[in-house]
Amino acid sequence: MVAPALKSPVAPVGTQTVTIAKALNMGLRASLERDPKVLVMGEDVGKLGGVFRITDGLQKDFGEHRVLDTPLAESGIIGTAIGLAIRGFRPVCEIQFDGFIFPGFDQLVSQLAKLHFRSQGKLKMPVVVRVPFGGGIGAVEHHSESPESLFAHVGGLKVVSCSNPVDAYWMLQQAIECDDPVLFFEPKRRYYEKSELDPTAPPIPLFSSRVVRVGSAVTVAAYGPMVRTCLDAATAAAEDGQELEVIDLRTLSPLDLDPVFDSVRRTGRLVLVSEAPAEASITSEIASRVQQECFYSLEAPVLRVTGFDTPYPPSKLEDSYLPDLDRVLDVVDRSLAY
Amino acid sequence: MSPEQWTRPENEGTTGPPAATAAKPTREQVIAGLRATSEGGADLVQLLTPEGQRVEHPDFDIDIPDAELRDLYRDMVLVRRADREGNALQRQGQLGIWVPLLGQEAAQIGAGRAVRPQDMIFPSYREHGVAWCRGIDPTELLGVFRGTDHGSWDPNSTRFHLYTIVIGNQCLNATGYAMGQRFEGKVGDPDGEATMVFFGDGATSQGDVHEAMVWSAVYDAPLVFFCQNNQWAISEPVERQSRVPLYRRASGYGFPGIRVDGNDVLASLAVAKWALDECRQGNGPVLIEAFTYRMDAHTTSDDPTRYRLADEQEAWKLKDPIERLRVHLVREQIADQGFFDGIDAEADELAVRLRNFCFNMPEPPPTRIFSEVYAEETPQLVAQREDYLQYLAGFADEAIAGGVR
Repeated sequence: MVAPALKSPVAPVGTQTVTIAKALNMGLRASLERDPKVLVMGEDVGKLGGVFRITDGLQKDFGEHRVLDTPLAESGIIGTAIGLAIRGFRPVCEIQFDGFIFPGFDQLVSQLAKLHFRSQGKLKMPVVVRVPFGGGIGAVEHHSESPESLFAHVGGLKVVSCSNPVDAYWMLQQAIECDDPVLFFEPKRRYYEKSELDPTAPPIPLFSSRVVRVGSAVTVAAYGPMVRTCLDAATAAAEDGQELEVIDLRTLSPLDLDPVFDSVRRTGRLVLVSEAPAEASITSEIASRVQQECFYSLEAPVLRVTGFDTPYPPSKLEDSYLPDLDRVLDVVDRSLAY
Repeated sequence: MSPEQWTRPENEGTTGPPAATAAKPTREQVIAGLRATSEGGADLVQLLTPEGQRVEHPDFDIDIPDAELRDLYRDMVLVRRADREGNALQRQGQLGIWVPLLGQEAAQIGAGRAVRPQDMIFPSYREHGVAWCRGIDPTELLGVFRGTDHGSWDPNSTRFHLYTIVIGNQCLNATGYAMGQRFEGKVGDPDGEATMVFFGDGATSQGDVHEAMVWSAVYDAPLVFFCQNNQWAISEPVERQSRVPLYRRASGYGFPGIRVDGNDVLASLAVAKWALDECRQGNGPVLIEAFTYRMDAHTTSDDPTRYRLADEQEAWKLKDPIERLRVHLVREQIADQGFFDGIDAEADELAVRLRNFCFNMPEPPPTRIFSEVYAEETPQLVAQREDYLQYLAGFADEAIAGGVR
């Protein structure tokens, strides 16, 4: 089945102020309306509208066979989505929380990632797996993790993360239109942050990163929930006379690093910010690639602000674990000190 | 036949809680009472005895024309010959590994011939006989085991999914596919669609198989779970997988489970046809346990002499699926010596063709590593491929210059 080209939404509305949560809901609705082969499936996504209400009202409007309340089994969600994709559907799976994706990990890496390659392109796998990820909401264990690097490491999967309502709206629809499997990481602690969304404005490509604040002193690159933290840090730094350039990576696999290289060639400095543990991560990969591409432009080593190489701590300790504005500014200062 | 008939708890004496008046059995007694996990048991559906005698069954009788009986014999002989050739090619170093089906021909041909063109099949990795029934030439299986591809057939046009090597994964994939058949309204009449998924006794211990049974039950998926209980999961006996006969697990999920003599091609065919029809009409899913025996190793890397007794193998030889149909064909004068000689000659030709094909299989080019990883190729892969080809091109220059690597 070939999905129609992504055009304007089915029911255009004027510019409005929406949360990321609402924008995701609108994006799902637009996709369900556009293509009858799109399915939404997961635990509690129907009557409840999902634990974060991202799928609110969708089952009521699209029915139980388009919006499926599934049994409580993540391998089952991913594994059946694969079969539905083979049948020609475009399933959008919801994993309730980051730490619960591991029961589905086997199906994701053993089957979903490999079937296009294994079949030499005869089987397309247009499956989206939505994962609310990251900490900062005071949750119990397994509800605050950042496992995105594990998926970026797997050939055959694509990984993206949105950071604002406009991207949430468009990136989710674009991911659903994509014929490859996409892990879609949503910054759950930013779900209720608002911005203006004009559904008639054209989107930028899904697999591209973007400069979200221009500056000349240090390049700061982040994704998902840390983009807001970095923008706040840039505002604070500006008060001290330092202009930070902030890049929202948006796509984690494939990485779109040309904007990062361009920026680093201008600033000579790069600070990478992520909640995930540092070792063998997205930020490790970017640091490696930047030293390879921008070796003669660098005025300082590439530095990182990350979570620690530990399991995610009890929530009373997450303020210490998670990169915040001060930790970002501290590392920016270290970069400038070289 | 109503599905309810098969969802009743059965044989409470062996699996249910002990009666209040009875003494609590010891663990050993419970296990001993589960002989059915290693013996055929009274519930085994059989239409052809090991002696080749046709027997009646009240629920699963089937009328098979003589020509079809001969075809079933031909199928089994040819897939066995292809299988033996696969083993030999591995021993000659032509294949990295081979997964033998020896002894399981009747289960696979019976099930495979019950499936209709509109149905979908999800195999594990031993289903060479089912592939044969799907029109996939045995040569197409070789690439998987020689290491030139991951399956060269088209799963869309053959409606036979690629082999799945992770144990049990395919059961969930099949469930999703069957859900799709139901969502599209392809069930509910005798010409509807169904899906059949193949797995072994070892797979029944996997969480994915449990989840597949839960999902297929709650979504009424038109899916036949075809478990080939060949008694051994590499070196682990079926007693290490279950404390109840495998087919009885279905009642816990709320659908029919049935045990068939997997060395009886007629019974396998009859039961598989019934189960597929149940699914077509919207009464699925169904679990079939084909009670059979793996006469050879798990794979050519295995050594069954380390974990099982020759006695067991000798006992199962007497239940050989091909021999019992051959005896039946002779006794009933359905086939003469000329027929059997003809099939043997055809098998010889197949073996030669398979061997020659294997010897002449081209090596895949290095670019195969990078091809079709994604529907939409990534810039990173394009760059990696270009770099690698450039690296290889450097050696080509040396070769042209007469250089030695």
